[in-house]
Amino acid sequence: MSKTIIIDPVTRIEGHAKITVQLDDDGHVADARFHVVEFRGFEKFCEGRSFWEMPGITARICGICPVSHLMASAKAGDAILGVAIPPTAAKLRRLMNWAQLVQSHALSFFHLSGPDLLMGMDSDPAKRNVMGLIEKYPDVARNGIRLRRFGQKVISLLGGQSIHPSWTVPGGVREPLSDENRSVIRRMLPEALDITGLALDMLKDALGDYRDEETMYGNFPSLFMGLVTPEGGLEHYDGMLRMVDSDGNVLEPGIAPARYREIIGEAVEPWTYLKFPFYKPLALRGRGGGELPPDYYQAGMYRVGPLARLNICDFAGTPRADAELREFRRMAPRGKLVTNSFHYHYARLIEIMFCLERIAETVEDPSITNDRVRSHAAVNSLVGIGVSEAPRGTLFHEYHVNEDGILQRVNLVVATGNNNLAMNRTVKQIAQFHINGHKIDEGVLNRIEHGIRLYDPCLSCSTHAVGHMPMILELVGPDGELLDRCVRDA
Amino acid sequence: MPAKQTKPKIRLATVWLGGCAGCHMSFLDLDERLIDLAALIELVYSPIADIKEFPEGVDVALVEGAVANMDNLKLAKEVRERSRVVVSFGDCAVTGNVPSLRNRLGVDDLLTAVYAEGPGKHPQGDEPVGVMPQLLPKVLPLHQVIAVDAYLPGCPPDPERIWAAVTSLLAGEPVVLKPEMRKFG
Repeated sequence: MSKTIIIDPVTRIEGHAKITVQLDDDGHVADARFHVVEFRGFEKFCEGRSFWEMPGITARICGICPVSHLMASAKAGDAILGVAIPPTAAKLRRLMNWAQLVQSHALSFFHLSGPDLLMGMDSDPAKRNVMGLIEKYPDVARNGIRLRRFGQKVISLLGGQSIHPSWTVPGGVREPLSDENRSVIRRMLPEALDITGLALDMLKDALGDYRDEETMYGNFPSLFMGLVTPEGGLEHYDGMLRMVDSDGNVLEPGIAPARYREIIGEAVEPWTYLKFPFYKPLALRGRGGGELPPDYYQAGMYRVGPLARLNICDFAGTPRADAELREFRRMAPRGKLVTNSFHYHYARLIEIMFCLERIAETVEDPSITNDRVRSHAAVNSLVGIGVSEAPRGTLFHEYHVNEDGILQRVNLVVATGNNNLAMNRTVKQIAQFHINGHKIDEGVLNRIEHGIRLYDPCLSCSTHAVGHMPMILELVGPDGELLDRCVRDA
Repeated sequence: MPAKQTKPKIRLATVWLGGCAGCHMSFLDLDERLIDLAALIELVYSPIADIKEFPEGVDVALVEGAVANMDNLKLAKEVRERSRVVVSFGDCAVTGNVPSLRNRLGVDDLLTAVYAEGPGKHPQGDEPVGVMPQLLPKVLPLHQVIAVDAYLPGCPPDPERIWAAVTSLLAGEPVVLKPEMRKFG
């Protein structure tokens, strides 16, 4: 008899989601799906508002990475104004963007995935959270809190508050950086660098304990996408879009991000609010002119985020991050990419190192405290596209306005959405590895959820159109009958 | 003098309905005060913890977000039934805030507009495919669906405000915020 397992809600992720695992008559996994169950409709309800309001509104898509939306939205606004922003404003925006990567990656590694990695995926679910971590591993927990605090503090020094700062605007930023605040950042840096170095050592030492996870938790070929600098370096704020396959073949060496529609399509399915972006040229390759099969877009699966960014760049660009990157790449055969999503954790820590090094460089730039930080203009272009790298991957804001700057159409392709095909594939792979028969235990549920945590999905963001991520595991039979439903007891 | 006895830990829950998680992030911005808090409370339900069902006998529940779909509504009712004190946590819970910007539009129009370009069949508000909760026609603030004991405004409430409220609640005292802590936004 077949059945469906539902994990609801998926926890320690940033959003509301469920997972269903469909079993066949023999108790083998036939399919698994990751459902995002919240819908908020930002793309529609923003129509009729002014583009000037968009940084403030779209920041509320997500309290974890509001800064990403502030960046993409302000950049789309820059394009509508048709201005180049002052160089200091661009540097300050980068500074805030790096700070956000630090805080968000620290949250993912220490607060959300730390309990799995340190306490064990099969440990007591009542304790398997950051409060449990504080009790059992107080030093590690404190380090995680301090590192996240570093990022949040830099954001609030620049923008006045750590969450939803009203600071980036079309044309630049509202406030320059004071000498005093620059000194505060400088003083906080050594501790943040030390904590990151320790965390990298800790993870690398533990990798031997995670051989199954390395092999089975989202290990498959796919494309990888992200921004790179014009020289091919690691980039998070601007640059060119690059797409590379797992064998290292470069499909898009560097297309202007504003042309993303030429290469990215978005499919939808009735069982989730999260869209499925795909790489069009590959999905359509060899299809001729006939009718397309319903799942043709699967062939265009790509991954974004820390793992993708480290895979596609030619180099990082800072000393310690480059040393770490060389070591990271030795995990894959020469010339190939690291294809296992379990290594998102590792990639995240290397990115924290990179961001801290960049922040350290940038605060020493003599022009960083310059007070010319905003260009003023009116509407000069009716379309604006802003692209940046959010912690979880590439983020696109596309605005169409009228002469008065009133929005006529809005499209948002959000970081986590880019990983939707890969997240579904990962959930299925882990379920197939661990489930064999009609009974499952809590630890297995948690392992399947960990597959989602790898991507650190921000369902708040993803469901801009949509929204949230809780999780259930239900076991459903081939005839659709609900056979088992696994929810954890308190 | 009475013998010193260990006080039972306060059972704290945090809940995330329709919102951006910013209030939860602001809660985490308590930073090292979280370590002090860990000694006083037991976190019995939270999006950052793994218990999947809202438990019985909760002392204090902080509820972030507006009520936007049937899952939110069901959970809000469970929270009320099983908690002594329910706090409307942040502007979305208090007023509906940004999620309620969709209220001037019909749910079907909204879904069609967002998903119509396909390819693929778009998710239906009233035809959930087994697991998808139905969207409510209007996004509502928390106090319109359950009774609320305290309001903590802010988008998000800053950590000082959260600390002031949580320490009062843990001491069993009424939450009295200073005027500057009562602002929206």
